[in-house]
This record gives sequence, structure tokens and C-alpha cells, in this order.
Amino acid sequence: MTAVVSPPPTTVDTVARGRVRRASRRRLVIAVLTLAVVVAFAVTLMVGRTFYPPGDVLRVVLGSDVPGASFTVGRLRLPRAVLAVVAGLSFGLAGVTFQTMLRNPLASPDVIGITSGASAAAAFAIVVLGWSGTAVSVTAIVAALGVALLIYTLAFKDGVAGTRLILIGIGVAAMCKSITSYVLSQAGAWDFAEALRWLTGSLNGSTWEATVPTLLALLVFGPVLLGQTRNLSALQLGDDTSSALGVRVERTRVIAIVAAVGLIAFATAACGPIAFVSFLAGPIAARLVGPNGSLLVPAALVGALLVLVADLCGQYAFGTRYPVGVITGVLGAPYLIYLIVRSNRTGGSL
Amino acid sequence: MTATHSLAAEDLTLAYGDRTVIEGLDLLVPPGRITAVVGANACGKSTLLRSMSRLLSPRSGRVLLDGKAVHRLPAKELARTLGLLPQSPIAPEGITVADLVGRGRHPHQRVFSRWSTEDDAAVAAALDATETTPLADRAVDELSGGQRQRVWIAMALAQQTDVLLLDEPTTFLDVAHQIEVLDLLTDLNRARGTTIVMVLHDLNLAARYADHLVALSGGRIHAAGEPADVLTEECVRAVFGLDSQVIVDPTSGKPLMLPMGRHHTAPRADVLQGTPGS
Repeated sequence: MTAVVSPPPTTVDTVARGRVRRASRRRLVIAVLTLAVVVAFAVTLMVGRTFYPPGDVLRVVLGSDVPGASFTVGRLRLPRAVLAVVAGLSFGLAGVTFQTMLRNPLASPDVIGITSGASAAAAFAIVVLGWSGTAVSVTAIVAALGVALLIYTLAFKDGVAGTRLILIGIGVAAMCKSITSYVLSQAGAWDFAEALRWLTGSLNGSTWEATVPTLLALLVFGPVLLGQTRNLSALQLGDDTSSALGVRVERTRVIAIVAAVGLIAFATAACGPIAFVSFLAGPIAARLVGPNGSLLVPAALVGALLVLVADLCGQYAFGTRYPVGVITGVLGAPYLIYLIVRSNRTGGSL
Repeated sequence: MTATHSLAAEDLTLAYGDRTVIEGLDLLVPPGRITAVVGANACGKSTLLRSMSRLLSPRSGRVLLDGKAVHRLPAKELARTLGLLPQSPIAPEGITVADLVGRGRHPHQRVFSRWSTEDDAAVAAALDATETTPLADRAVDELSGGQRQRVWIAMALAQQTDVLLLDEPTTFLDVAHQIEVLDLLTDLNRARGTTIVMVLHDLNLAARYADHLVALSGGRIHAAGEPADVLTEECVRAVFGLDSQVIVDPTSGKPLMLPMGRHHTAPRADVLQGTPGS
């Protein structure tokens, strides 16, 4: 080891204070977001055709039998709210992983074709094969993984460069979307409604059967990604610098891609590709946290909050009930346009 | 203890796809000294440096650190001994100087380990050495080119490696900042015995600051050794295809190369008498 010429204590203090300040900003954001998610979750359980006060809701959640509330809250609203949180966390975490890894906000799984692949396969399974339920979900998961593998293989040339992967991903997304459109044009009225869910994403008809696998996927892949936090932060410095810092770049990338695609695939299988959540969560979290540390946890929480709030808006803010994906789509599209306009001005670098 | 690390290339062949860049190269980096690698554009300088820090696997041959092949060493173990500052490193948007310098601690940290006081001390030492302490809380984006380069060097210093490779650390800097960076690297070498290997474009600065000069040409070493022995008119002609006059630099006593182009090159007598060239 190099003998360190010991620096004056004042500099060490400055460094330590700055670090603590950055960390506490991040912790504060995480605390506030967690609280907001809890509140939105509670509101989702209370509000509906019938309003149930917090006391009733709490008793149902804790397992007591409350006439009326036990069915409405326990069987209808609870799985929906839990799925909203789990899917939101999964989309947010997966999105920010891709964006961090490829150093580009456009690199989210819903832009580079992974969700489109899942949607196309699901629509195909419903309309052409006449499948339903779990079979459709499994198809969607397999397709998401397959599309990710396809994009990775096509983009691989002495390692994977971010821009090439994004461009290939956008191409693959367009291809998948055209498959979906074709399949839908062949669909009968009943299948069409069912398949449409796979285009915009919806929490309608959420059941525990659909929620549990998504939750398990989050419990498996979430910690894997959190374990890569430091490596992912190092990757932001570019492949050369991060390898020089001792990061095994390609290995980190493969682990991150597999885990993030796993999250996306299971969440998409449960509620469809809720538009733009994985795309928006990272940049929103970045605004809140600032350059003060890893965005993985904050972005996951933003994802959950987005889905919960968008679902509440979709259900109760307008005369008609809209699926959650419509609301997030309305939020996400302008941001996508903004990014593209900005990239035109800065000459292509995002 | 720092001077004990040996770094060498043994019959090294490097290629991108079908294009061979370096062929059968043997290089011994003198421990505890400053080595500068010079050569024409696309002669393989950066490629050689990339391979020495194992960003590029050799087609054949080996790079040896203390007698062990670097491509076989565990990534973090290598990164605790050998650091690299690439030519154009990327700073994440909005990152502060202290945070970026702290990234240099990566090879010393475990997956879920907490930030230690040792890490703080290393970052502080790196900031002080590069005189970037007053910039600690500034965003890297806002800094001037010279400041930014010092910050990147600070990051490499926080890594606390005994061997430091730098790929053109003075590019895009004005002459004052070039000197500042090279002085800083010399301080580092003298104070801590850090072995430094850098690729430089400017032959004269390379000759002035290096203890050991390596001239690459066409993927092979044309000459290596003391700058005074390496930087000759013959060498400049062979490596760069350029006529030149090499004199003794009155400031440093090292060789100084004056290029001879087709214009503004007066006969020697005129120059010595101080009359302007034709």
C-alpha cells in the first residue's frame, strides 16, 4: 500500500461532512417517498364505491372480519393495491437499472423493446392461440427474456455499447409493436378487450394468483440488483474507468440485465406494460435525490407511487374509469418528446 | 515499498478484430520512475496502455505485474495496485467533485460495507494533493478543463495504487495546465514513489518529464531509454517521418525537438544569429 501523506484533519472533516450531507438528502427523499407510498396505498384501500374508514381497513388487513369491508377491501382492493406497489417497485427498479447501466435515460425497458416483446407475445397467445390466464403470463415472461437476449446478442460486439443497444432496442420495439397491431387486427371482440390490457397495462381484475409470482420475483431479483449498487454506480464512469476500478463490467451488466428483465417480465405478466413507469421513475428520482448517491431505491419507490397515484386518478378522477396505463402514458409521452428535443439540441448526447 | 512493483510486457501482440496494432512487444517499466510513451497517431500507444490495465486481452503474450499475468488477477486486487486514467473519462451528470473522487475507493470496498474513515482520509489526501479541496462540493460539469483533469487525477489517487497509467492526461489543456498536471504527477512520483506510465503527444514535454522514454512505431518499440538517448533527429524521422533539429533545452537540460516543416525553416546560421526565417 502507498504510504498516505496524511491530509490535514480539516480536509478530512470537509470530505466527511459533504458525504454525510449527500447521504442524508438521499435518506430524507427515501423516507418521504416511503411515507407517500404508504399513504397512497392506504387511500387505495379506503376509497371506492363505498368509503371505508382507516379503522375498518386496518382491521381487515390485520385479518379481522368486518362485514362488507372484508370482501371489498380484502378481496378486491387489497390485491389491487399490493400489485400496484409490487409492479411499481419492479418497473422503477428495472428501469433505473437499465438507465444507469447504459448511461442514458432513453434506455428504459419500455423504450428498448423488452416490454413490447412481452406485450406482443401475450397478444399473440390470447388472440391466435386462444390461451388465457397463467399460460399468457408465462408466454409474456419467456418473450421478455427472449427479446432481451435478442437485443443483447444483436448489440454485442467486443462488449455492449450503450447507444447501439438502445438503437437496436428501439428497432426491436417497433417490430414487436407491429406484430401486436397485426394480431389485434385479427382479433374477435372478446379477445380484443382482453388483449388490449396487454397494450396499456391495467390493474383491473388483480388477483392474489397474479400478484404472488410478481412479489416473489421482486424478492429474488430486487436484492440481486441492490447488491450491484456500487458496481452500477462505477459503470456510470464509463467502461474503461470502471474496469480500472476493478469492476467486472460485462459480468455486472449480465447480472443487471437478467435481474431487471426478470422484474419487468413478471410485473408485465401480472398487469401488462404500464406505460412509461420504468422510463419515468429514474429521472424523477434523480430530480428528487440530486447527485447524492444511488437511485435504485428512490426510483423503485417513485415507480410504486406513480402506479398507485395513476391508478387512483384513472379510477376516480374522471367520469369514466381509465386503465392505469392510460394515465402513465399521458404523463410519460411529453417527457419522451422533451428528451428527444433536448438530444437534438445537444447534438445527440443525452 | 512502492518501488517494488514490476510491470512488464512479454512478447505482447494486441489486435482489434483482424487489425494487429501491437506485435511481439517487450517492455520493462522501471519501477518508481516516470515512463512516457510517445509515437505517431494510431501507432498503438493507447492500445498498449489499455492492455497493461487489462481493458484489452492480448492476442498472444502477457502483461506481468510482479511476475503475474494481469489478465489472471482478480479484478479488485489488480485495481488496488494498478490504476488507469483513460483518455476521456465520463462524469455522471451533476456529480460533485468529492463524490467523484470517492468513486476511486471502489476497489477498497466490499458489496455492502460502509464507508470508512480510511476512505474519507484517502479522498481528503487526494483532494489536497491535487489542490482541489476548495472544489470539493462543486459539480464536475461546472469546472474548467484544467480543474476537471486535476479532479480525475484525484480520483485515480484516491484509488491509492502504486502504479498509475495515464492516457494523454494533458490533452485539451492549455500549456499552463499541461505543465501543472505534469508537475503534479512528478510530485506524486517523488513523494510516494508511484510508478507512472503515461502516453503523451508532446515530445518535448515527454522528454522533459519522463525518466524513461518509449518511442513506439508501427506497433513495435523503436527506441526506449533515457530521453537524451531516445529523442534524436534520427528517431523523430523514423517514428514520425519528420525532419527536425534536436537541441539541448536550456531550461531543463533535456533534449528539445524543433520540427522542420516546409515553411518558416531558415538555414541554421540565420537562426543562430537571430534573424527571422524566410
